[in-house]
Amino acid sequence: MSNIRKAFENGKAFIPFITCGDPDLGTTAAVVRAAAENGADLIELGIPFSDPTAEGPVIQGANLRALTGGVTTDKIFGLVRELRRDVKIPMVFMTYANVIFSYGAEAFLSACKEVQIDGLILPDLPFEEKEEFLPFCRKYGVDLISLIAPTSQNRIAMIAKEAQGFLYIVSSLGVTGTRSEIKTDLASIIKVVRENTDVPCAVGFGISTPEQAKKMAALSDGAIVGSAIIKLLEKYGEEAPEHVGEYVKAMKTAMVNRMNTDILYILPPYPSAGNS
Amino acid sequence: MTNPNGRFGVHGGQYIPETLMNAVIELEEAYNHYKNDAGFNKELTELFNEYAGRPSRLYYAGKMTEDLKGAKIYLKREDLNHTGSHKINNVLGQALLAKKMGKTRLIAETGAGQHGVATATAAALMGMECVVFMGEEDTVRQALNVYRMRLLGARVVPVKTGTATLKDAVSEAMREWTSRIGDTHYCLGSVMGPHPFPTIVRDFQAVISREIKEQLKEKEGRLPDAVLACVGGGSNAMGSFYHFIEEKNVRLIGCEAAGRGIETFETAATIATGRLGIFHGMKSYFCQDKYGQIAPVYSISAGLDYPGIGPEHAHLHDIGRAEYVPVTDEEAVDAFEYLSRTEGIIPAIESAHAIAHAMKLAPAMGRDKILVITISGRGDKDCAAIARYRGEDIHE
Repeated sequence: MSNIRKAFENGKAFIPFITCGDPDLGTTAAVVRAAAENGADLIELGIPFSDPTAEGPVIQGANLRALTGGVTTDKIFGLVRELRRDVKIPMVFMTYANVIFSYGAEAFLSACKEVQIDGLILPDLPFEEKEEFLPFCRKYGVDLISLIAPTSQNRIAMIAKEAQGFLYIVSSLGVTGTRSEIKTDLASIIKVVRENTDVPCAVGFGISTPEQAKKMAALSDGAIVGSAIIKLLEKYGEEAPEHVGEYVKAMKTAMVNRMNTDILYILPPYPSAGNS
Repeated sequence: MTNPNGRFGVHGGQYIPETLMNAVIELEEAYNHYKNDAGFNKELTELFNEYAGRPSRLYYAGKMTEDLKGAKIYLKREDLNHTGSHKINNVLGQALLAKKMGKTRLIAETGAGQHGVATATAAALMGMECVVFMGEEDTVRQALNVYRMRLLGARVVPVKTGTATLKDAVSEAMREWTSRIGDTHYCLGSVMGPHPFPTIVRDFQAVISREIKEQLKEKEGRLPDAVLACVGGGSNAMGSFYHFIEEKNVRLIGCEAAGRGIETFETAATIATGRLGIFHGMKSYFCQDKYGQIAPVYSISAGLDYPGIGPEHAHLHDIGRAEYVPVTDEEAVDAFEYLSRTEGIIPAIESAHAIAHAMKLAPAMGRDKILVITISGRGDKDCAAIARYRGEDIHE
């Protein structure tokens, strides 16, 4: 069984996204630990790419800061190796196809196995192109995580049937970034997913507030949050781990206590919705 | 040349977000339907002839031929098309297709501004909304074209991310398309991006080589010995090569922008300095670092300032059917000035890259040989930048 399943055994999964090396790898390690200690169920680690076409301005900024700081794929494998001494929750990489292709698919995936990376999310690798890396993912036991978008329609069943790890449900059209409202009919999409697979599904893109996380988690098996966390890193830099820890705790609490609306009252301040 | 999943050898494919998959599938289905539709083709031919001014001239450059003392030189005058470049061929095709598909809004990327101007023109003609993404750096280099687009009713969005040039404009146009698909067609300007764009754009530009073949047959009764064109993404080159690919005795030569030289980092010569990679929806050759980060390329020509090359060119290179040569800024500027003085034709700085290589090649060829150079666009837009390059500060 996929190690990623463990992330969904503890109620609804909270999945934070962190760009490796923003602003430096030491901070990334501290942020990952803070997130894990405060209830994150799975960590999505971004390997920065020069031209992240699926990202909004916030995560584009993180990619740029990380690359300017000199982070490389090899240094990120080193970071994960070091983190794995104590971080036991599942971790996946989010990056772009060229980062893996350029490293060599086999070399990249065997390194993933060695440092215990459990999965791979590639926003520019749709179902039709997954054979590019899938044979090596299988060989090294790394799940290739598929995405389903609001425009997927007749493609949902096809994608769900072959899903591995978890399914990443893209909440809205467009790129990553916080949104004040998510209008897509996710319930209908997730209904088709459920009919075709028992692989869990988590919703991402646009989620920043505990209310949104709670709502998305109620519809699915978890919530993925990127830009809201990156904003904390942008704001606090090396001081970010503490703030990310608090934020993760607030989000996870809201998701597991979804029957208790009062909980929001005691939450620390969280980044406001709306794209900055 | 295309196999069913949009591959040219190992190149091509559809490396795009899931959000766009149904949009490109819908586009492919519409294109496959309309490309053989008599009504569509009649309408397009009428637009080509009556609106864009086709067929473009195949001009015998007598003075250049005499001066270089070698092969007979013909210029394929795409610069004489309406809007001043070959870009209008593709844009009229895609805009008409988008309209048939029920789209009401066109978005486009542009480097030098030629594709943006062409898209804005087609949008005005067909009553469609138009938004053009242009690197901020290029909006400065090509200020006149920015004004032309606005005049035509388009909104120009300066792109500030990355190197603020063509590749960033493409990225931003793709981002915009993922956020608004229902009413919007992404009118991609070159033979690049995800399938079916490289095929669609090539087919609409193939009118160039079809005409060259007919016109040269009429003038000389035979095929050319070589066809030269500049290559950024490669649409005018692909259009110039296409009907000659099966004519094995015709040399096909693409001229890449070497910027300050292929031994420097300030270059955009993809075949000379790039590696196989995956970017902007396609597998092809890209200028990139050891870890696959896309290189911040450079060329004096905003239209060739792109770190990749279309997948069909990458394939023609692999199988040895076409040759790709680097041409520096300095050589291109010399050629820009040379053609202006020798033939009274001011070429786009992009096209000047092809002229520059022809100036090296022609003298080494016999006088019985024939060389065709595609002048992809006119050079009015470049005058201020070339003056600056020569140390003269003029204002538009």
